[in-house]
Amino acid sequence: MKLKMKLKKGVPLIDQHDHQGFWGGKFGGSFIPETLKKPVEDLTKEFKKLRNNKAFLKKRDYYFKNYIGSPTSFVKLENLSNHLGGAQIWAKVVSEANGGAHKIYNATVHALICKAMGKKYIVGDTGAGYAGKMLSMAAKKFGLKCKIFMGAKDIKRQKPNCDAMRKNGAEIVPVYSGSQTLVDAVSECMRYWVSNCDNTHMCVGSTVGPNIFVKICGWSTAQISRELRTQLKEEFKKIPNKIKLINCVGGGSSAYGFWSEFIDFDKKQIELIGVEAGGPKKSKLHAAPLSRNAKVGILHGAASYVCQNNEGQINDTESISAGLDYPGVSPIHCFLKDTKRARYTYATDEDALNAHVMVTKFEKLNPSLEPSHAFAEAIKIAPKLSKDTIIIVNSCGDAKKDRDILRERLGKH
Amino acid sequence: MSSLLKKAFLNAKKENRPALLTYTVAGDNTKRKSLEILKCISDYADICELGFPHNTPIADGGQIQTSAYRAIKNGIKINDVFSIAKNFKKSKKNTPIILMGYYNMIFQYNENKFLDKCKKSKVDGLIVVDLPYPENKSFASRCKKNGLNFIQLVSPTTSQIRLKKIIKDSHDMVYYISMLSTTGGKLKVSPKKILERYNKIKNQNKSKNVVIGFGITEKTIKSLKKADGLVVGSAICKEISKSIERRQNTVTNVTNIVKRLRNKIQ
Repeated sequence: MKLKMKLKKGVPLIDQHDHQGFWGGKFGGSFIPETLKKPVEDLTKEFKKLRNNKAFLKKRDYYFKNYIGSPTSFVKLENLSNHLGGAQIWAKVVSEANGGAHKIYNATVHALICKAMGKKYIVGDTGAGYAGKMLSMAAKKFGLKCKIFMGAKDIKRQKPNCDAMRKNGAEIVPVYSGSQTLVDAVSECMRYWVSNCDNTHMCVGSTVGPNIFVKICGWSTAQISRELRTQLKEEFKKIPNKIKLINCVGGGSSAYGFWSEFIDFDKKQIELIGVEAGGPKKSKLHAAPLSRNAKVGILHGAASYVCQNNEGQINDTESISAGLDYPGVSPIHCFLKDTKRARYTYATDEDALNAHVMVTKFEKLNPSLEPSHAFAEAIKIAPKLSKDTIIIVNSCGDAKKDRDILRERLGKH
Repeated sequence: MSSLLKKAFLNAKKENRPALLTYTVAGDNTKRKSLEILKCISDYADICELGFPHNTPIADGGQIQTSAYRAIKNGIKINDVFSIAKNFKKSKKNTPIILMGYYNMIFQYNENKFLDKCKKSKVDGLIVVDLPYPENKSFASRCKKNGLNFIQLVSPTTSQIRLKKIIKDSHDMVYYISMLSTTGGKLKVSPKKILERYNKIKNQNKSKNVVIGFGITEKTIKSLKKADGLVVGSAICKEISKSIERRQNTVTNVTNIVKRLRNKIQ
């Protein structure tokens, strides 16, 4: 008989894996070439040490506050709520963070770890360009040399972020293999690390990759929910009885960060909803392994639900949102799905665009195409819910980077 | 009973030279061509590695990626890889063949079914790039039970303690990755250094056949001839790409390069 997967209470989700790095006995792990065994082990030891080191935590908190600008605000979207009727819609405006997205948390922590390990070079992957932009910022801040791997297709469609990376002195390495998007950027970045792991630190841009990278990223973005928990108490005097936390899911770093403090709550009180990229309305391609029932497979060093064919070749994906355009997903989201703690759905490109239009029409908020997927779900369910239901959307990125796409698709801006 | 792999190393040793191992991608550039290439190069190679192509190969450089994409584009399936191996064995039953690839393909195919197919196709060994020790322990022992050599990899970053454990758990052959690189990188470590490290591995257990791979070309192969075996992959894949580009006969060109490689270590 199969053992039922269970979440533990009182233990951060990032630490609920077995000794081989698997969550729920089947998601995650470290499927890496022999050459990376040692650097991954070194990093694992270092991270274990640092996260228990008071001086390091103080440093992290200092930079989160003074460099990133923590806490980001928590606001009610009054006009949007009134327009839709039903539930109250709130936003955690994580896009206020320095650089304009949640990726700065992971980038800052990786730069600090890189420094602590005495390495001078840092490399990272990027899709929407935010992970790359933030890593280039953090590298500049902490005096590290930085290389960013980015799919050639993404370089074209996310130009503003590329300009920022170059301005920060980072080198962008265009990746022409495969679909020329995030999946290929991550592969190429890992290959670079295989060849240069003796003096170079690698930052994986989301809660994906070998076990340790999932942990470091989740540990970094968890700041979002720590802030939210305090803000909820300030606003409502206690944690309200009916909350829905809606977040887009590509790799899943902002969703994990947004949820981590609330996973122990009963799902009747706090429902966690992840929204994946459904791709263009009529396209068969999508980047929604969780909500469209992909099979478990191994991608970039970890087992997770992966968009793939039955031979194990990874599928091309398609989404208007470069940040969600990824065939795999974090093993911790697979675990949350299988334990039924979180619910996953998807929004199409058109849904996300419509949501973007509606939110910007009613509110002084400019969510990028990634969180626009989450807003699409909020807009869909809000009218059906009671007034005392609190929907909170993580507005985790700013749409400045989507300027060209929005202009093309909406004909304005 | 001694494995074919062991015999191949022994034969080379008798001739006072390292065994020559070649790597080609199954289905590059067609199923028929890749079988033909295998048959022809095995006149000069002692052991043939046959890659099952994957479209997100995290440890392979440009040359092998190109070969893999080409094979996938031409419709290669895992069952085709097995049929190539099987057909090869029909005419070259004494040349060992090693399948090499990434774990997701085996996982999707199903481990047991994969092992069964290996057995039926008379495959001699298996290299799984992203299934390192100790994660590979149970799978490796199941390979052994099925008469299949699971080939452990060792790299310059492998610690001494780890090395001991890996060697202890290895079968007839151990693969030493010469440097920190993906496949096809330029040899950036001196042959002397590589051989020093090679000797350390060899001294753990003299009965294990240790081969060196990564960065081995016509230029570098001679300098490493003290090893039990040498693997050439990217240089061959590159030759296939070049031949296609120039509309030349891939089989002839690839056979010639393997012949030249063999002459250099004679």
